[in-house]
Amino acid sequence: MKKKFVRVLTDIDENGIKTPKVIDFDGVKYEIDRVLDMKKCPSMKVGGVGERYRVRIKGKETNIFFEDNKWFVEEK
Amino acid sequence: MKKFILHSDLNNFYASVESLYNPEIRNKAVVVVGDEEKRHGIVLAKNYVAKSFGIATGDTVWEAKQKCGCELVCVPARFDLYLKISKMVKDIYREYSSRVESFGIDEAWIDISDIASNYEEALKIANNIRCRIISEIGLTVSIGLSFNKIFAKLGSDLEKPNGMVVITEDNYKDKVWGLPASDLLYVGRATTKKLIRGNIKTIGDIATADIKYLKLTLGKMGEVLWKFANGLDDSEVTKVGDKEKIKSFGNSTTCPIDLTDVAQVKSIIYMLSESVAERMKEKGVFATTISLWVKDTELKSFDRQMHVSPTNISEDIAKSCYKLFLENFNWKLDVRALGVRASGICEDEIQYNIFQKEHPKKECLERTIENLRSRFGYNIIRRGNILAYDSLSPLNPHSEIHIIHPRGFFKSK
Repeated sequence: MKKKFVRVLTDIDENGIKTPKVIDFDGVKYEIDRVLDMKKCPSMKVGGVGERYRVRIKGKETNIFFEDNKWFVEEK
Repeated sequence: MKKFILHSDLNNFYASVESLYNPEIRNKAVVVVGDEEKRHGIVLAKNYVAKSFGIATGDTVWEAKQKCGCELVCVPARFDLYLKISKMVKDIYREYSSRVESFGIDEAWIDISDIASNYEEALKIANNIRCRIISEIGLTVSIGLSFNKIFAKLGSDLEKPNGMVVITEDNYKDKVWGLPASDLLYVGRATTKKLIRGNIKTIGDIATADIKYLKLTLGKMGEVLWKFANGLDDSEVTKVGDKEKIKSFGNSTTCPIDLTDVAQVKSIIYMLSESVAERMKEKGVFATTISLWVKDTELKSFDRQMHVSPTNISEDIAKSCYKLFLENFNWKLDVRALGVRASGICEDEIQYNIFQKEHPKKECLERTIENLRSRFGYNIIRRGNILAYDSLSPLNPHSEIHIIHPRGFFKSK
């Protein structure tokens, strides 16, 4: 697995709460159906510490991480 | 009110952070090293695998490689990253108490007396902190819980990694007194030697020793250590936001090459003095004592100091240090490292000596130089004696690394 930084279309509400909406993975766009959970957490698989968003994309669950103002995923 | 103080120590901090960011090296022998090109190439931290081969902090990289029976992963230190992670951990501590006192980058005391009324509750809080640091940051800490800062610190050293030790008013004699005297804060090599001469080997021996004897052998510290050993330390955990009065400004460096003549030494002294003076001016303070620290190629070092009239002018600081160097260094060996420190800090306006009219002029000149540097970068204007030695140029006199080292315990008193 490797750390892959991705572009993420993010909604930030008036209280500063972030909600990732669309992940752009090398030009392919994946719409996030739902954010299931968010917590501060390290990525033990690819390294790094930040906020982990557990999201559902087309019925499948995956994690995206927000660290130092950047989004990354754990690429298989 | 009964005190409940935690001391939390991040295990193998630098090496753990590197493993956190680089999962492939997690199960290998890892050492974090300084910059080899600048000859700071010593082991700054190691993980448990590296430790099992006998690798110690301060070993040179080649020594560490020789000791290691398998492949040794050497990673360069990334202080910015360590500071970032340290801040994240300390933010967790601050959710529990406003009294969080850092002791270096990876250690802190946390006073939880306001939210705990007995050891059971305090232990729950400590375990909660420990678990949160694992789950939120991915690092382990060893925590000591006690009724004073000294025993809390001692507790955090007893079980590593991921330990939790409680030292209470009822069990401290069993848990602490049997430990070697050197485990106590501020008992270093020299003090241990002196204690052994009086057959004082354990912390219990210090506690039960005649205080007069300790004072006679160790001076003021004798009484302090006796109090520490008896659990009588009553120092407070400094509150967040309490501004600590700065007592000294210093900067030191290991030179990229050994210094073989006074001109080289002079240029390094000037470089270090400039950084010290600049930081003093930023705070608007003056120093009345200037100290020089010199380490030779056999790693033996000495410290010398002199009193001066209040100053924050780099030239004054450098001249004092240079004088100290000429008076005290015999050139039997070359110079490996140098340090400049200004202490005896005063904040009042200085009274210029009537015979010393040039001081405001010098100050004006230095302000102009600093102004130029802040606008165009450090190298826009440099002293001739520094320019003459290109091989010394990788030195960065404005390095902020000094903020990482543990500060003295007594500074908070």
